[in-house]
Amino acid sequence: MGRKWIFTLFALVLACSLILASGQVQAADEKAQFFGLLIYRTGPFAAGGSGMGSGWEDFMELRNMQGGVNGIKYAWEECETAYNTARGVECYERLKDKAVLFHPWSTGITYALIPRGTKEEKVIFSSGYGRADASDGSVFPWVFTTPTNYWSQNSAKIKFIGEKMGGMDKLKGLKIANLHIDVPYGQETKPMLDALAEKFGFTIQHFPVPWPGIDQKAQWMDIVRRFKADWVINRNWGVSCTVPLKEAARLGFPRERVLGVWWCGSEEDVLPAGPAAKGYYSANFHGSGKDFPLVKEIIDKVYGTMKGHMAFTRVGSVYWSRGIYIGVVTEEAILTAHKKFGVKVLTGEEIRWGMENLNITAERIKELGLEGFMSPIKTSCENHEGGNIVLFQQWDGEKWVPAGTQTPMNDFVWPLIKESAAKYAKEQGITPKDCK
Amino acid sequence: MNFFFEVLITGLLVGIMYSLVALGFALIYKASDVFNFAQGDMSLLAGLALVGFLTIMPLWLALVCTIAVMTLLAYATVFIIFRPLVARPPLILFMAAIGLAFLVQGIGQSIWGTDAKGLNIGIPDNPIILGELFLSSFDLIFGVVAAALVGGLVLFFQKTRTGRALRAVADDHEAALSVGIPLLNAWAVTWVIAGIVATVAGIAWGSRLGVQFSLSLIALKALPVLILGGIDSIPGAILAGLVVGAGENLAEVFIGPYVGGGIQTFFPYLMALLFLWFRPYGMFGKEIIDRV
Repeated sequence: MGRKWIFTLFALVLACSLILASGQVQAADEKAQFFGLLIYRTGPFAAGGSGMGSGWEDFMELRNMQGGVNGIKYAWEECETAYNTARGVECYERLKDKAVLFHPWSTGITYALIPRGTKEEKVIFSSGYGRADASDGSVFPWVFTTPTNYWSQNSAKIKFIGEKMGGMDKLKGLKIANLHIDVPYGQETKPMLDALAEKFGFTIQHFPVPWPGIDQKAQWMDIVRRFKADWVINRNWGVSCTVPLKEAARLGFPRERVLGVWWCGSEEDVLPAGPAAKGYYSANFHGSGKDFPLVKEIIDKVYGTMKGHMAFTRVGSVYWSRGIYIGVVTEEAILTAHKKFGVKVLTGEEIRWGMENLNITAERIKELGLEGFMSPIKTSCENHEGGNIVLFQQWDGEKWVPAGTQTPMNDFVWPLIKESAAKYAKEQGITPKDCK
Repeated sequence: MNFFFEVLITGLLVGIMYSLVALGFALIYKASDVFNFAQGDMSLLAGLALVGFLTIMPLWLALVCTIAVMTLLAYATVFIIFRPLVARPPLILFMAAIGLAFLVQGIGQSIWGTDAKGLNIGIPDNPIILGELFLSSFDLIFGVVAAALVGGLVLFFQKTRTGRALRAVADDHEAALSVGIPLLNAWAVTWVIAGIVATVAGIAWGSRLGVQFSLSLIALKALPVLILGGIDSIPGAILAGLVVGAGENLAEVFIGPYVGGGIQTFFPYLMALLFLWFRPYGMFGKEIIDRV
C-alpha cells in the first residue's frame, strides 16, 4: 500500500513537471536569443544570487514586452547552482547547447568554465569578478571582466584610502588588514595588494576567514588588538560580509575605516548589522535605487503587470541593480553584433565580437535611461575590462550614499595583468592573439 | 598576557553560543536516538518566524508565536515523520532528519524569503572595557541567558513529572513504555524543548549574523562539540562548547599565523578526533556495552 502511494506521488510530480516544462520549451523557441541563468536562489548566498538573477530577468522581461532586441526576443532558463562550483559546471553542461553566453556569478565557477567556454566557443562574462588576468583578451578571448576586474578595483581602493588619509604619500607606514574569505575569490587580490604595499610603503597583512565565516572573533581580535590596523579591507561574501561590521563595532574599530569589496556592498550585507554598519564604505560599479528612468519603466511595466521576478521591496537594491547592469551590457553587445552580422539570433563567436567591440558612451547611457547609473565602457581585442571608474559608497544607516570615484592604477595594474596572463598562456600552451 | 586572556574569555563566550546549538542535538538524541540533522535549520526557521512576526506585533507576542510555530513543527515532526519509523535502525532515522532539514529550510525561505533580515531585540553590542580587556556586552548577556536556560532545563528534568518521564524514556524506551509513559508524546515534548533551545540559539546567532540561510550552518559548529562532549550528554554539550570556543580562538590567533591562518574551522575537529582516542564516547557520553 505504502509503495503504491509513493509511486502515485512520484507520477503526479512527474506529470506536473512535464506540464510546467512545456511552457519553458515554448519560451525557448528558435527565434529567441537564449540565455542559461546560472542562478542561486538557495544556499548561503541566495540573497545575492536571487537579486542579481532577478534583476537580469526583469530587464529581459521588459525588453520582451517592448518587442525584443531589434525584434529578437529573449528566452532563458534558470539553473540552480547554489554557488557550488560542481553544480555550476553541471548547469553549464546542461544549457550549453542552447546558450552562447554565461554569467557564472561565482569566481569558482568562472575558473572552472574558462577552459570549457574557450574550447566550446561560449562567452564567459564575469562582470567584476573571476580571474583578474582574464581582462587580457589576447590570452582569454572568450572571457570578459567588464567593467573592472578585482586587481583594478583594489588599486582604486588603495587610492581611495590614500585620499581619505590626505594623500598617497600618507600611505607610507599605514597598516592595512586584508580580511578575506579563504576561497579562490578571496585569495584573488593578495598578489596585487602585496605589490601595492611594496610600491607605496604600507604594511598589508592577510587574514583568512574559513568558509562560511560566521565567526570572525579571532581574526578581529588579531586585527584590532595585535596588528593594530589602520584600515580593513572586507573581502568576503554573503554572511561573512556582515560579521566584520558587528565585530568592528564590538571592538570599537571605526566603521569609516572598513572598506568592502563590491560583493560586500549591498543592503543585504549591512541591514542585518543594524547600527553597527553606519559609516561603512564599499566599492561598487553601478548605481542603485529606483530613480532611473529605465528602472521606473521596469517597475511600471514589469511589476505593474505582476511579471516581476523578485519581491518588489528589493527592487532598486544593489544586487538587483547589478542584474540590470549586466543585462544592459549584454544587450549592448547584442546590438553591436547585430550591426555587423545582421539582426538574428547570434552565435557564440558573434556575441563574443559584440562584447569585444562595446562602446557604451555617456550619450548612449543617457539614452538608455541610466544616466548616473553606470560609466562608459569601451572594450577591445586586448582590453576585456573596458571600464575605467570604480565607484565608492557609504552606508548612512538607512541607504547607500555616493562617496566618490577613483580610476584604477592602470599603468601599474596592466603590466601585472599581462605578466600573469602570459604565464597562464605558457602553462596552457595558448598562443596569444595578435590584437594589433 | 592581557591579550591572551581577552582571546580566551571571548572564546569561552563564543563557546556558550556553540553549546546552545549542541544542546538541541543532545536533547533529541538522548530521548529518541535521532541525530537531528535539522537542528541548525530549526534555528533558521525560528529566526525567520520571529523576524516575520516582529513586523506585525510586539516582541513578547512574536516570541510566543515563534514558540507556537516550533511546537507545531515538533508535533508534526514526531507524529508525521518519525511515528512510522519507530523501531527502525538509527540510519533510517538519520536519513529522515536530513530530509526534515531541507524541508524546514525550504518552507521557511518560501514563506519569509531568502533575503538577509536584521534582528534587533534591543540587546546592546558595545565593547565593555575591563582594565585592558575588550569584551562584548551582547556576548556577556547571552552567556547569562544561556546559563539561565540550562538551569531551567535542569530544574525541569529533575523536578517536574514530565521531566522525570522524559528521563525515563531517555534511559530505556521499553521500560518507560511498560510503566505507561506514552513514548510519542514524550518525544514530542523533547522536540518542543529542542525547538525552544533552537529559538534561543536562532535569536543569539540571528542578532549577530542577520537572519538568513547561513543561520542553518551554525549546526556545523555544534558537531565537534558533540563529538567532544558526548552526543547524548547535556553537561557534555555545555562543557565541550566552552572548550571548542576557547580552543579554536586561541588556535587561530596564536597558531594560525605560523600555518597561514584560517584554521579555526578544522581545529575543533582535530581536538575532538584526538580526544576520541582516549574516550570514544566523548567526555560525558554514555558508554554502550553490547552483549556479544
